[in-house]
Amino acid sequence: MSTIVLLLITGFGLGALYFLVASGLSLIYGLMGVLNFAHGSFLTIGAFIGWEVARRLSDGSWWALAAAMLTGAVVGAIVAAATEFFLIRRLYNRHIEQVLVTVGLALASVALFEGIWGTDPTYVTSPSWLGQTSEILGARIPNNRFMLIVVAMLVLVAIVLFLKFTRYGLIIRAGVENRLMVTALGIDVRRAFTLVFAIGGAAAGLGGVLASIYYGYVSAHIGGSLLIFAFIVTVIGGLGSLAGAAIASVLVAVLQQFANFYLGGTGDLAVVLALAAVLLLRPRGLLGAKA
Amino acid sequence: MSANLSTTNILTVRNLYGRIEGQQVIEDVSFDVPNTGVTALLGRNGVGKTSTIKSILGLIDRSGEVTLDGRRVDRLPTHKVVQLGVGYVPEDREVFGKLTVAENLKLAERSIHPNRALVEELFPDLVHRQAQLAGTLSGGQQQMVSLARALLNQNRLLLVDEPTKGLSPKIVGEVAQALLAAAKTVPILLVEQNLQVIRQLADRVVILSGGRVVFTGEATELLDDPERIQRYLGVHSGSEHSGTEQTDATVPA
Repeated sequence: MSTIVLLLITGFGLGALYFLVASGLSLIYGLMGVLNFAHGSFLTIGAFIGWEVARRLSDGSWWALAAAMLTGAVVGAIVAAATEFFLIRRLYNRHIEQVLVTVGLALASVALFEGIWGTDPTYVTSPSWLGQTSEILGARIPNNRFMLIVVAMLVLVAIVLFLKFTRYGLIIRAGVENRLMVTALGIDVRRAFTLVFAIGGAAAGLGGVLASIYYGYVSAHIGGSLLIFAFIVTVIGGLGSLAGAAIASVLVAVLQQFANFYLGGTGDLAVVLALAAVLLLRPRGLLGAKA
Repeated sequence: MSANLSTTNILTVRNLYGRIEGQQVIEDVSFDVPNTGVTALLGRNGVGKTSTIKSILGLIDRSGEVTLDGRRVDRLPTHKVVQLGVGYVPEDREVFGKLTVAENLKLAERSIHPNRALVEELFPDLVHRQAQLAGTLSGGQQQMVSLARALLNQNRLLLVDEPTKGLSPKIVGEVAQALLAAAKTVPILLVEQNLQVIRQLADRVVILSGGRVVFTGEATELLDDPERIQRYLGVHSGSEHSGTEQTDATVPA
């Protein structure tokens, strides 16, 4: 029983990380049809800059962690918005070029990060409570998993409230359905594009700081490794569906944890098989729109 | 009401070419829309009526000259053209199915003082359906949402693309009445296949064939000439003059 509880809650924690990356990917694809392979770079730079700020303030304190998270989100948002404005905006409806540019940016940014911070992982110091465990139904759960879950839920609620109750949220929801019709109502949908990139980048940058707590370090490749699973989550959840991304994040992470424990470390294989099954049986994903 | 009597044009289209995915869909289209009444853009299916509307708005690749109330708009992106006062009611309604009726209308509001009173007067049914998802409405109700989105704003011109397509005769009548009311305050360029609706609404007609304009004139010049209707629209309208009027005659596919 305790093992199942442990796997479930750690799965939720990992799912929270996946969601923070996948939410932006899903919104960006839903509104703009852009498969953003550079999204992992937003996460990595958010993590690096966030921890640079924390290290200079007060390493290991809660307020330094809060500053790191805020900085990571802001940096992720700015870098993502700049990417949209300077690179992607010229390439809407040119999917091959989008893939080439975002893949190129992802590769170049990893090289840039390695040039600045080196190729070795940078170990981070977080508040001591996050490194401890709490007992639930006999299972000893790392405390940082609780923080991941809470932050991801807050991000989910914030995005939902934004989409539901603001004018730009309305534009984004309409744009996901029919972008051209939004422009035909006299709305400059490009601003919404930049905003969605910024929101996705903020979630990814925040996710970068949290990922470094989860793994205990930050490296130039941390974004790329999470991006693969975030893409899988996005496809399984249904491209463009925020709720789908949230559900799929949890399902994929829990499946991964259980397969790793009970099937001899085959978590990644199980996730890929789940992706194949969804693509065969329900190509639009769990909550994706019909083609 | 005649084209010849109109002194100014709200819309002037000159040598307009439109392309979809590199393929030419209209070529060298030129016509005017006077600043009053309803101008019907007619032609058989596939001649480029919808493409002409979309080219005017910049929704498809275009070249040529489009002037709105004296201002060139052919270099402007779609949202800027619309902001200059062009309301658009697309073919197949294109309401946002996952948004409520209220959200669909709110999204369309361009000014801080939208004309909600007119919309509520013309489409009282929508008042009771504010919280309903637009995707769950009937075709006729969706068309009302689509029309309401355009009528909420003070426009200089309405572009209305096949508003009665696929609707029941009762709803067709309601849509025609709404357009008739709207036409009192704003000129309309109307794509329509229903001859009865054309007869009811249109002051002037522009006929396309093969992506080009082949006829412009007063609506009566066309509607009183069965041979012309047959030639341009492919409709046998002789019965309209024989006492067994085909009130719902439509241009065939």
